[in-house]
Amino acid sequence: MKVLMKGNEVIGEAAVRAGCRAFFGYPITPQTELPEYLAHRMPEVGGFFLQAESELAAINMVYGAAGAGARVMTSSSGPGISLKAEGISYLAGAQLPCVIVNIMRGGPGLGGIQPSQADYFQATRGGGHGDYRVIVLAPASVQEMADLTAEAFELADRYRNPVMLLGDGILGQMMEAVEFKPRPAQNTTNKHWATTGRRGRSKNIINSLYLDPELLEKHNQKLQQKYSQIAGTESRAETYRTEDAAIIVVAFGTAARIARTAVDNARARGIRAGLIRPITLWPFPEPVIRESLGECRAVLTVEMNAGQMLDDVRLAVNGTRPVHFYGRMGGMVPSAAEVLRAIEKTGGMDHGHESCQA
Amino acid sequence: MVMNLVRPEALTEHNFHYCPGCTHGIIHRLVAETIDELGIIEDTIGVASVGCSVLAYNYFNVDMQQAAHGRAPAVATGIKRVLPDRVVFTYQGDGDLASIGCGEIVHAAARGENITVIFVNNACYGMTGGQMAPTTLRGQSTTTSPGGRDVMSQGYPIRVSEMLATLDGPAYIARTSVHDPKHVLKTKKAIHKAFTMQLQQRGFSMVEVLSTCPTNWRMQPVEALRWLKENMIAQYPLGEYKDMPGTRN
Ligand SMILES: Cc1ncc(C[n+]2csc(CCOP(=O)(O)OP(=O)(O)O)c2C)c(N)n1
Ligand code: SF4
Repeated sequence: MKVLMKGNEVIGEAAVRAGCRAFFGYPITPQTELPEYLAHRMPEVGGFFLQAESELAAINMVYGAAGAGARVMTSSSGPGISLKAEGISYLAGAQLPCVIVNIMRGGPGLGGIQPSQADYFQATRGGGHGDYRVIVLAPASVQEMADLTAEAFELADRYRNPVMLLGDGILGQMMEAVEFKPRPAQNTTNKHWATTGRRGRSKNIINSLYLDPELLEKHNQKLQQKYSQIAGTESRAETYRTEDAAIIVVAFGTAARIARTAVDNARARGIRAGLIRPITLWPFPEPVIRESLGECRAVLTVEMNAGQMLDDVRLAVNGTRPVHFYGRMGGMVPSAAEVLRAIEKTGGMDHGHESCQA
Repeated sequence: MVMNLVRPEALTEHNFHYCPGCTHGIIHRLVAETIDELGIIEDTIGVASVGCSVLAYNYFNVDMQQAAHGRAPAVATGIKRVLPDRVVFTYQGDGDLASIGCGEIVHAAARGENITVIFVNNACYGMTGGQMAPTTLRGQSTTTSPGGRDVMSQGYPIRVSEMLATLDGPAYIARTSVHDPKHVLKTKKAIHKAFTMQLQQRGFSMVEVLSTCPTNWRMQPVEALRWLKENMIAQYPLGEYKDMPGTRN
């Protein structure tokens, strides 16, 4: 059954349905509806919601709860995620599963409260210290917010790793029809490592400290092996009209919705445009991009930032095609018409679709 | 006085790495004895903080988590909320608790979080080599207050127990010392009481233990004990600052 719900609230409901019973948060626009939803929803299902004194505290509460074996979530927006960066590094180092939601707004600093994608680097490059990776999922619709939230908990438990759900203010605030798909009963992995009190077993330790550099290197090697495995199996992207595309637009989240309209409009004008929409931002879906290049002559990355995913697209394309960029910053959202113009420009001369039709 | 020299079950066989004469070891032992006496070894989860006691996760023979600098009360909150029937304690130094973790300890106390905090106040940052802490005494020389702490530019020492006792959340707050056997026994009683409070669901409990750092104070162990007695207690009076009867509601 479909219901009409706001994106932020959908994440909350999907988390509850995924078995999450622990949430620690701190108010910040544009994600506040999520903690507010869980403040009344969690008690209904025997879970709890706790408003922490800061994002620093919230993420460390997540650490404690995850270490105690719970399915746990926290949410914030850029300024709060910056404070959480320390904790995320510790969570990754101690291999603790959890879900972190970032509903992005414009930065840097206090920035603004309008939708943005300016935290792509922060999300995919860590944000915290040390060699670590966080799985980053980028929904582009309210339905996908539900699906990827459920998926996020599975991935977190499977790999004992933090997973970030990266949305933006538009996705968080918009209302769309959503269906919470019943998921096959997941075998919530036996968390034999959790610190729950050493009943009938020897003690467990949750830790990221290795004072001996040899041991720390071994620990890092173990983490890197896990990251390669994730990179090899979990990268995902949606492709749209790419089979014969001469110009491929790469965009995620809200920017991808706009780019899709622009691609259709370009096709209507005879430009063979297509779209690749990364769903996992880390691991970045390099294979999909490489496999889709085919007849493509140029790539255009569209983002609501100054060009961040652009780096990953360039690495994936690896110099085989020119990679262009169009973006708006600070909470400004590109229009489909602007993206269409960028597609036309990318074709060669201004408005020169001949070169793309060839 | 009868000394019990058998290792408590709640301590592992790991040798402590603490400097000779450091009182961290005594305080570990008192916590471990309490865990044994209350029969909660299988129910307890400890949180080690960042400081000389960071390796406490190796020493206590209970499930342990290691927390980021200052964040132990938040980590303990996460554990306790998920496992309300378990016993959760943090073990924190004064740099950890009173400086970088000031926010976390105040709010855990204000929430009346049902955890026990063992707060080891040695008036300096031990692990990083004896820098000034918020608890460093007026005029006390450290590597970052080489001319002695000048309160006009470096501020005043913080009395954490008194400060937290003004809040409604805490059920039990005491300050004790370990500079002689009599006070060691008093510390033990306070720690026992703090854990008991938690078992009785009364809310936040904390024991601030005045402790020595002979290495960074640049003193012989006995001299350090005397310095603690003669200087620290005047700034940090011993006693129970909060002792709330009854269960909270
Ligand atoms: C975020 C962060 N800042 C600084 C440090 C370095 N550091 C390690 S231990 C410590 C001081 C600990 O002092 P205290 O809490 O008084 O404990 P003690 O060593 O005296 O027992 C500091 C500053 C760190 N590990 N993390
Ligand atoms: S440096 Fe000080 S606090 Fe740390 S172990 Fe040595 S004596 Fe103890």
